[in-house]
Amino acid sequence: MNAPIPMLTILTFLPAAGALLLLAFGGRNKNLTRSSALVFSLLALVLTLILWTHFNPASGSLQFQEQHAWIPALAVDYHVGIDGLGLLMLLLTSIVVPIGILASWKIQERVPLYFSLVLILQSCMFGTFTALNFFHWFIFWELGLIPAFFLIKLWGGSRSTKAATQFLVYTMVGSIALLLSFLAIFLATKKFDFIDLAALAQNGQLMPSVIDKLAWHRFTPQHVALIVFAGAFLGFAVKVPLVPFHTWLPSAYAEAPTGTTILLTGAMSKMGLYGFLRILLPIFGPQMQVVRTPMLCLAVATIVLSAYAALAQKDLKRVFAYSSINHLGYCLLGIFALLKFTGADPALTAEKYAALNGVFLQMLNHAITAATLFWFVAMLEQRSGGLRGLNDFGGLRKVAPVFTGLMGIALFSSLGLPGLNGFIGEFLIFKGSFPLAAWATSLSVLGLLATAIFILGILQRVFSGPLNQKWIGFPDLTLVERVALAPVIGLMFALGLYPQLILGVVNSTVMQMVQHLGF
Amino acid sequence: MLAWTIYISFLGAAGLLLLPKGSTIAARILALLTAVAGFAIALAAFIQHRSGELFTITRIPWVASLGIEYRLAADGISLTLVLLTGIIAITGILFSWNIQERTKEFFAFYLLLIGAVYGVFLSYDLFLLFVFYEIVIIPKYFLIAIWGSTRREYGAMKLAIYSFAGSAMVLVGLIAAYVEAGARTTSLSDLAQYPFSPHFQMAAFPLVFVGFAILAGMWPFHTWAPTGHVAAPTAASMLLAGVVMKLGAYGCLRVAMTLFPLGLGPWGAHHLGFGSWRDVFAVLAVIGIVYGASVALVQKDFKFVIGYSSVSHMGFILLGLMTLNQIGLSGAVLQMYSHGILAGLLFAVVGRMVYNRTHTREFAALGPMNLSKAVPFAAVTFVIAGMAAMGLPGFSGFVAELMIVIGVWRSYPLLAIFVGIGIVVGVVYVWRAMQKAFFAERRTESAPPHEPLPPISFPERLGAIILIAASVMVGIYPQVLLNVIVPALNSPLFAGLRQGSWQ
Amino acid sequence: MIPIDYAQLFQLASPEVIVVAAALIAMAIDLIVLRKRPTCIRFAVAATIAAIGCAAAILRILLVPDVANILDGTLIANPLVHLVQIALLSLTIFTLVLSVNSTFTQHVGEFVLLILVATAGTMFLVASQDLLVIFISLELLSLSLYTLAAFNKRSLQSWEAAIKYYLFGGMSAAFLLFGFSLLYGLSNSTSLTHIAGAIHGPSLNPLLVIAIVTTTIGLGFKVAAAPFHFWAPDVYQEAPAPSAAFIASASKVASFFIFFQIMALGFAGSEGSAALPHLVRGWVPVIALAATLSMLLGNLVAIRQTSLRRLLAYSAIAHAGYMLLGIVAHTQQSLAALLYYVITYALATLGAFAVIAVVEDQRGSDQLAHFDGLSRQAPVLSVCLAIFILSLAGIPPLAGFFGKFYLFATVLASTPRPVELLWLVALAVAMSIVSLYYYLRVLKRVYVAAPSTDVEPIQSPALSQFLVILLAAAVLLFGCAPQLLLHWIQAAVQSSGL
Repeated sequence: MNAPIPMLTILTFLPAAGALLLLAFGGRNKNLTRSSALVFSLLALVLTLILWTHFNPASGSLQFQEQHAWIPALAVDYHVGIDGLGLLMLLLTSIVVPIGILASWKIQERVPLYFSLVLILQSCMFGTFTALNFFHWFIFWELGLIPAFFLIKLWGGSRSTKAATQFLVYTMVGSIALLLSFLAIFLATKKFDFIDLAALAQNGQLMPSVIDKLAWHRFTPQHVALIVFAGAFLGFAVKVPLVPFHTWLPSAYAEAPTGTTILLTGAMSKMGLYGFLRILLPIFGPQMQVVRTPMLCLAVATIVLSAYAALAQKDLKRVFAYSSINHLGYCLLGIFALLKFTGADPALTAEKYAALNGVFLQMLNHAITAATLFWFVAMLEQRSGGLRGLNDFGGLRKVAPVFTGLMGIALFSSLGLPGLNGFIGEFLIFKGSFPLAAWATSLSVLGLLATAIFILGILQRVFSGPLNQKWIGFPDLTLVERVALAPVIGLMFALGLYPQLILGVVNSTVMQMVQHLGF
Repeated sequence: MLAWTIYISFLGAAGLLLLPKGSTIAARILALLTAVAGFAIALAAFIQHRSGELFTITRIPWVASLGIEYRLAADGISLTLVLLTGIIAITGILFSWNIQERTKEFFAFYLLLIGAVYGVFLSYDLFLLFVFYEIVIIPKYFLIAIWGSTRREYGAMKLAIYSFAGSAMVLVGLIAAYVEAGARTTSLSDLAQYPFSPHFQMAAFPLVFVGFAILAGMWPFHTWAPTGHVAAPTAASMLLAGVVMKLGAYGCLRVAMTLFPLGLGPWGAHHLGFGSWRDVFAVLAVIGIVYGASVALVQKDFKFVIGYSSVSHMGFILLGLMTLNQIGLSGAVLQMYSHGILAGLLFAVVGRMVYNRTHTREFAALGPMNLSKAVPFAAVTFVIAGMAAMGLPGFSGFVAELMIVIGVWRSYPLLAIFVGIGIVVGVVYVWRAMQKAFFAERRTESAPPHEPLPPISFPERLGAIILIAASVMVGIYPQVLLNVIVPALNSPLFAGLRQGSWQ
Repeated sequence: MIPIDYAQLFQLASPEVIVVAAALIAMAIDLIVLRKRPTCIRFAVAATIAAIGCAAAILRILLVPDVANILDGTLIANPLVHLVQIALLSLTIFTLVLSVNSTFTQHVGEFVLLILVATAGTMFLVASQDLLVIFISLELLSLSLYTLAAFNKRSLQSWEAAIKYYLFGGMSAAFLLFGFSLLYGLSNSTSLTHIAGAIHGPSLNPLLVIAIVTTTIGLGFKVAAAPFHFWAPDVYQEAPAPSAAFIASASKVASFFIFFQIMALGFAGSEGSAALPHLVRGWVPVIALAATLSMLLGNLVAIRQTSLRRLLAYSAIAHAGYMLLGIVAHTQQSLAALLYYVITYALATLGAFAVIAVVEDQRGSDQLAHFDGLSRQAPVLSVCLAIFILSLAGIPPLAGFFGKFYLFATVLASTPRPVELLWLVALAVAMSIVSLYYYLRVLKRVYVAAPSTDVEPIQSPALSQFLVILLAAAVLLFGCAPQLLLHWIQAAVQSSGL
């Protein structure tokens, strides 16, 4: 049962170990510190790839499991394991963090502290994606907030404290709601393990026992179940984010140093979606079904409103911030589409597979694309002395053609151009969701439209048009930057042309998840 | 062997007094060695008696005609608290490394206090427990009155009088119980088994419980705590908030609740919405949690924030005691350990790392000093300590508070909501203090340049690391303590409690 | 006519005789041989002779423990009486040691004589259960004490205090005698046991009520219980240190013992009860009232004092209140507790006066301000003073704490249901809290306050240090191992059959 080598534990704590080393010995040589941080994050990537190769794609169940008794009094075990979903999350985190580190190369103040916080954040994310017992899952979930807060506040822009505090407060409130819900479940079932709870839910025993133990005479049983669900839902809705819980995001992304924004958008936002998939769907399936329609409305609102809001922004980071909300909205659409009751209808079930596969792909692709886009913004900032407004530039393709070309690829990927990685995820989501939630999917197309407009707008205003005389000396990409960017751009093409790379690994998990849904 | 924790501390205190005048360094080293020796003995005993069962250390007749014995014994709860005392003793001395005035007297009083505290936790005879409990008061007074800061003489006297008043109440209850049981014995186990009449227990329980709870800072008898802790020098605050307040909670559990378990039972009629003393004290504890946190939120003085936070955290312990179920009680004992460590850490940062250097504790003055750059180690330590105090998972406070909340939910579901509110306010005030003290916004106009603050010395770093490690270790693996606490709660001593309203 | 065996009488009274003889020898030597020597030598010699006399008396008691009862209690010898007499003699020895460094008088021989005569008075006082002998011994003691209090001829306040003492004392002696005469009238006997048998009746005779009240007044004055305490603050403050020490220690021990004897033996049968809410008429409620007033007044007024001696006076009133509780309980156990308490209290007070004597000598007065920073100048004296003061406050592991614990326990155990006298014990404990406040204030001066810079540092004479260390060690020892003293007291009380 337990994996022979505790790969997941090693992977989880490797970046944290690196952080401690940086804190203890960093400080004198900044370049050495930065390089060490990069090395550690790349080591994590290598380990993840090793896991990838040893992963058995045919099986949809948990692999590399480790389970040890920890606090018997609270039914807490140290239980970790990954299936296709977890592996995907690990992969995207391992890709995003090195990008974030590279984008932060020019940070000068308190260098060892910055990179240790980044590595600690990576450990927390690894921990969240591999934990299977609420206790240590919650530990990692909460602990991750702290490095994020400090990264935003200490190295951020002029209003960073306010943004960081808002980020923290929103997420904390959500986490507390989450904690209370799980406490309620624990009090009723004496279990904290996700797998056990999912099994209980599948057998239809979970909610009855919760209602039994916790019912207050003023609430009907359905209400009790919904209240418990609402708590957990809130915790994740804030993180993704889902409109209307998203208001913390634009400021946080804008005020954070761009390297941190990459981490926030690439990896931390996926924690919310992971929560939906790992926790809400298996454990609270029936409750989610009840609120299916409102959820779909919120998903549509998320997609459409954020896309149009992005249109109105003048700050590039805010544009991409809203665009992130929009892209993740598609994932939410796909997830909520799964809630339609299909019974054993094989055609509709196949659509569900498609939708969920699309969600997985979109998570990975958005991570890569968004990270790359913000990386480019960081490069723009460095070259322009801090400017990143939409109208600050113009005609850059004349002086920096390679830059234009590569950023253009990233932008088109974000747009969803076929052949690049951004297309296939969105396509699958739309294809799968349409039969399941026709009107919601149709309305979401509006979001696609707005996205097209603002992406083309960026291309036009930043790169095309007459050259702004200020930027005559705008340097193009250096050799180092080109070498660093090459694998990422290459990945965009590879995933765009051959999505089977990913789908082959996650498909079994997807099918098993849909089958366990029970509706 | 474990009794030597007491004797070594007293011997150390005596030895310190015999040192020649002006031997500051020798005094520090002797004090540290004594504390380390005490801790080592405690740790050895902990490892040896991992089952958590009661074991007798010493038992000799003392005043035979009155049935008083010199009886020392320990179970899991005692061992946990003795460990806590050892850790705080060592770190307190490390954080007092810089005391220059009357150094050997300082450490002599300190070791005297430590020895008496060990004595309370190891006593199994009520008279002996009370003797050690009272001995604590005098060194406490002098530590604050001589080496303290703000309003130290007033704070010290208030603290001493409140503590003495509490122990006076306990004394009356004690003598009454002794006489009622035939004036034959003061042994804890014998008196616990004696069938006091329910009427007697109904009256004796609140008397003795409140007497101990005064020292534990129960609302509304808590007012000595913020004043006293703020006035005290760092090591004394660490010891007072960290350990001495736990003496009160320990007394509540070990004496009041075991001797008079029927006192917790229902009155039969409801007065003001309360149905038993248990209800009353549970509500008072919750008020303490919320009140302490709320008042901490509006303080302008950094140390007062920590002082009031101690009142709030002690409320958790008292509430856990009133849940009368195993998880709540174990949570309460675990919180005794956890808050002991964390209070020590918080006072160490505020008192030694910040106040000793900046000579001010007002947020308005600390903000412009840009402390996160000036003393980064202090900033990091306070962030970690603050997170732990908030109850962030991974630290000892989370597990303890989780267990208490679960226990409260089982016994008083309505109160659990207020506890939640208290936790949330707790997060906010820690955050506020951290922001204002270390990470305040820099004004646009340049502040006048300050002289650089002295760097954090090695003893301070060592002390901080020890305390953080002590909290993290239990946070990650709470079984290490729960393995001894839970069997202790199931021992015959608490049989009366279990038969009562145990759930 | 009952034949008196003078030989037996002499044998029984031999300790007292030794003491008086020593007194006379000391005075003789001082007047004849040492007239021209410096005062300290004279004091040393006289004190030594007196101390040897006392020691000889102790030895006499220890080595030849008679048990006898002459003439229905006129003179008694039993283990209990012996115990108290040994305690009294020891306290006298300590007082003599304290007096060696005195400078307040040239009349050394007379001073030492008076102390020993007072001692003899106390010894007779505790050895008798006959009203007349009690009264005579009491007067012997009191007259000596009045004179001892006035011995500092240079101090006007000392005279004033002594006059007050004398006037008060005289009046209360009159009250006492009146009460005794009533008792004689009611019972036709002066022996306590016979009186008890005679006055016992279904309801209280009004004359008996008057007798109770006047006896309480008389004896209450002696022990400085409120509201008969008005002499105490002045005498404690102004009398020369050895006199005040003696009054505070030995006189207290004897007075409380005889108080207990008279009330418990003489008025046996008309106790009544002080148990709320069922008060029964008798002498117990009267004593309880006096105890309450003493505890309240003594503790509350002590807070305002700036002179250490006056503070000790009010604390003496408060402690008298606690000790009266032992009389309220009137059982064998409570007598044992009372004796333990008063003996250890005497030791602590004596020690405190010894320290005060040193400071007064060099600083001029006993104002608390002169004690500032004493701990840094005279560490040994300070530690011992701390031990004495904390023992008075009732802090373990010192003797005062065990005394209080035992006393309160016996008070509660004296009634069929412990809760009856709980109000008294609760009041006593509550007042102890108040007392801690003013005791700590003294220690605050000694340990916390900085020494004033414009005075000479204190030199502690070796003899004072020796005395103080010895007394502090005794207080500590009796606190940590109370069985040492308690065993002896309990055995003595049981064998005396009170």
